[in-house]
Amino acid sequence: MAYEQSPTIEPTPHPSAHSMLATPLLITREIPNLTYSATPRCFDESWEAPLSTLLGLGRAAGADFIEFFLERVNYISCMAEDDVISSIAPKLSTGAGVRVFLGKADCYVSTNDLSFNGLKAALEKALGIMGLTLPSAMSFVPEINLEILRDYATKRNKASWLDNSSSMQEMSDVLLAANDTLLKKATHVRSRKAAYFRDWQEMMVAASDGTFARDIRLTQSVGYSLLCEEGSNRSNINKRVGSTSDPAFLRTWDYAFDAEEVSESAGKMLYADYVESGDYPIVMANQFGGVIFHEACGHLLETTQIERKTSPFMDKKGQKIAHENLTAWDEGLTKDAFGTIDMDDEGMPAQRTLLIENGILKNFISDRAGSMRTGHPRTGSGRRQGYTHAAASRMRNTYIAPGKFTTDELFASIDKGIYCKKMGGGSVGATGEFNFAVDEAYLIENGKLTKPLKGATLIGEAVDVMQKISMSSQDLGLAAGFCGSVSGSVYVTVGQPHLKVDSITVGGR
Amino acid sequence: MVFQTTIMSKIQTIAQDAKNAAAKLGIQKFDIYGSTVDETSVQVDSGEPQQMKASQRSGVTVRVWNGGTVGVTSTTDVDPVGLELALKTAFEASAFGATENVPDFSPEATAPIADHKAPAATTSTVEKLLSTLVGAEKALLESHAAITAIPYNGLAERALERFYINSNGATRHESHAVASVYLYTKTEQENKKPRSAGAFRVGYGVDELDIKACVKEAADKTISHLDYEKIQTGKYRVVFSPEAILGLVGAFGNLFNAQSILDNQSLSTAESLGEVISSPLLSLSDDALHPENIGAETFDGEGTPTRRTPLITNGVLTSFIHSAGTAKRMNTTPTGNASMGAKVGVSRNFLHLFAGEPSTETYSLETAENVILVDELSALHAGVQSLQGSFSLPFDGWLVNKGVRTSIDSATIAGDIREVLKAIIFVEPETHFTGSGVAPYVWVEGLSITGG
Repeated sequence: MAYEQSPTIEPTPHPSAHSMLATPLLITREIPNLTYSATPRCFDESWEAPLSTLLGLGRAAGADFIEFFLERVNYISCMAEDDVISSIAPKLSTGAGVRVFLGKADCYVSTNDLSFNGLKAALEKALGIMGLTLPSAMSFVPEINLEILRDYATKRNKASWLDNSSSMQEMSDVLLAANDTLLKKATHVRSRKAAYFRDWQEMMVAASDGTFARDIRLTQSVGYSLLCEEGSNRSNINKRVGSTSDPAFLRTWDYAFDAEEVSESAGKMLYADYVESGDYPIVMANQFGGVIFHEACGHLLETTQIERKTSPFMDKKGQKIAHENLTAWDEGLTKDAFGTIDMDDEGMPAQRTLLIENGILKNFISDRAGSMRTGHPRTGSGRRQGYTHAAASRMRNTYIAPGKFTTDELFASIDKGIYCKKMGGGSVGATGEFNFAVDEAYLIENGKLTKPLKGATLIGEAVDVMQKISMSSQDLGLAAGFCGSVSGSVYVTVGQPHLKVDSITVGGR
Repeated sequence: MVFQTTIMSKIQTIAQDAKNAAAKLGIQKFDIYGSTVDETSVQVDSGEPQQMKASQRSGVTVRVWNGGTVGVTSTTDVDPVGLELALKTAFEASAFGATENVPDFSPEATAPIADHKAPAATTSTVEKLLSTLVGAEKALLESHAAITAIPYNGLAERALERFYINSNGATRHESHAVASVYLYTKTEQENKKPRSAGAFRVGYGVDELDIKACVKEAADKTISHLDYEKIQTGKYRVVFSPEAILGLVGAFGNLFNAQSILDNQSLSTAESLGEVISSPLLSLSDDALHPENIGAETFDGEGTPTRRTPLITNGVLTSFIHSAGTAKRMNTTPTGNASMGAKVGVSRNFLHLFAGEPSTETYSLETAENVILVDELSALHAGVQSLQGSFSLPFDGWLVNKGVRTSIDSATIAGDIREVLKAIIFVEPETHFTGSGVAPYVWVEGLSITGG
């Protein structure tokens, strides 16, 4: 229930009542004189006082709920092209966002200014947009009593992560060595790239329901891009791996293994024929093959889609929406997976969420606003790219569970079909139609792989394809990915075992 | 005047702070590109506000020269402490900078820039943004019974200030404002699949947005997709809408990008200039200062003035787009297409696609038979193999027979950009504004369509 705004007649604080309290109540007119000593270069307990005051100010103005998200980022990317380091780019940023709810409507204001007055100005702007004004000069501003700081960074020893991750020198050395290895393994090379990034993020969430939490994340990714050419034939193969909690990630990267795999794929795809369009049974490889579930179903289980009524599954909880072979999860817990988070960007611990069990829809993926607007419980899935975005319901590590078949049995069941070994990106539209590209494909004839194919795009409808995933292998594998949606680009894992889809439309020549 | 004075004062402060920090760190040569964005946007649902956003954010990128190498750092902290840390980090990064083809200040960083006066930024209240969008949503919902929701909608106003300064005294600054609206529908009809279509408009301010036209376009498109049919897989004559052809050409922008060429990441080579790469019916320019480019920028990330650069002239590859560094390496002049970074990027500004040589034959959707009109291409990020030239993309469109349009159920279009450009049979004379440029409808022979 919303607070009423301050009455026209200004209340005068009762001196005796005021003095009886353990902590004297703040009055609006005193706010300009407040001084806070929040640590400027670290989000710690010293931020409790200013944030609880600002949250109290927002509630006193009549907002139903207020949340502050503070962020500091130390990002660096490094790229080796052929035999030189062509780019090494540090990026430092700090910022905050304040979200104000009034009823089911909300407003989000972001700023670079983390001073008390900067945050207050952002709050005031948000309140103004919602039609609220700061209480009058003599109004009480009861501070919000925040929980004892829930500090995942300290409890899980993350303070040293940044210092222990690779230096610029090490980045350069590893990437140049990796590119050298790639040159030795590949043939017909036109260009080679090895690229790495490290995204160190410290964040704090404080909300008017008492949430007060801090975390540090260390997301890293490294990969190859190989372009081969012979005559008029070209192939371009990319591979990327990622980590969320290992400072030694780059220095332990097995680039020789990845170089071997990328070189082999590029060599095969160099002479690939264009796929003949039509409807085919397909086998999708494990790991990044999981993008099919991510696009065709995962997005449609986010409450962001339920709110907009753009999901065909919005009223199907408890009903069969997929083949009985299919069980699927979304979670933020798998050690070091690319979508793993200790808490989401609304301060809630990450959960393990069973999405589909034996074809029955069990749960949706929900953030705070989605939960409020749809009634589905929060799942620790409120995620955002950074402080310029309000959190929204987003996937984390999303995968189809292993099944009962062997991979050989999947291939053996197909007379003529396509093996989608490496998927490209994809998307899903407002009507549930999805599409995604296949970067590396092979023709299946009588259960055997015969020749490489290129230029394939898979298209279909979520409701339809979910019923056609008829066989799952036992070799669950996960892969790092990037997902772009309403709250920006976030790190995710997709995954699955090898799967058979009975029939899908393949666009080609 | 007050507005301009405020910007200059802010830039002068940053410049002075940077000079002080550089002197303290012993840095002799540096440059800075920065911007500030002030943005407000709203979304609505069923006549009620759903989400409103506002942001004010600043950021700068600093480059420092350290002997024979360059280091770069970006930061959102533009106070003296933040600038000093950025300069220090860039100086540290310079130890790992490339030793060959080291970038330098643009030779045109102090050259005169175009006298391009954008209308001054206007600010609307959130109430006005909301009432405007609620009105648009209502009008669109009332346009047809099958339109049951406008799940994707937004109205935004953005003011941008940007600047470039360097230690040789170059100082550039400008500001502009843009407003935009988008409306995407969803339909529900018994025994039919949900359908969706949309439209958007941009203008210098909310009052300049033609909301009625946006609503009408979204409604007309949606209604035209209500009755749909599967398309038979095969080869078709295809007409690309202005948005679709610019999207496709833009996805293969490496054809014209000097940095991509120097990196061996292009379908072109340095020797490709002068080659015939398309039908002579086609011409293409990159034209940052095109009169229809709302939010035009007069200088790039290195301070080089932007300009019109002819890319294809009557089918012949005429020029590439350049940064200062690529221009130097290819012995030509920069074109105002650079973005500052550890590796200077090159990207297009605003494409102007238009008819080249006169056509001997003309075509019309009113008389043509069995042609595919591609309205919008999807998944360009996934279905384009930009280094191989091939694409396979889902699209929204219609099968057109003598002016009668039948919406196509899910389908893909596939081809090779080099073959598409050469298979153009007609470029209509009238151009239309899209978000990324202006273009006419373009007719192409024999493209592969796969029906879903």
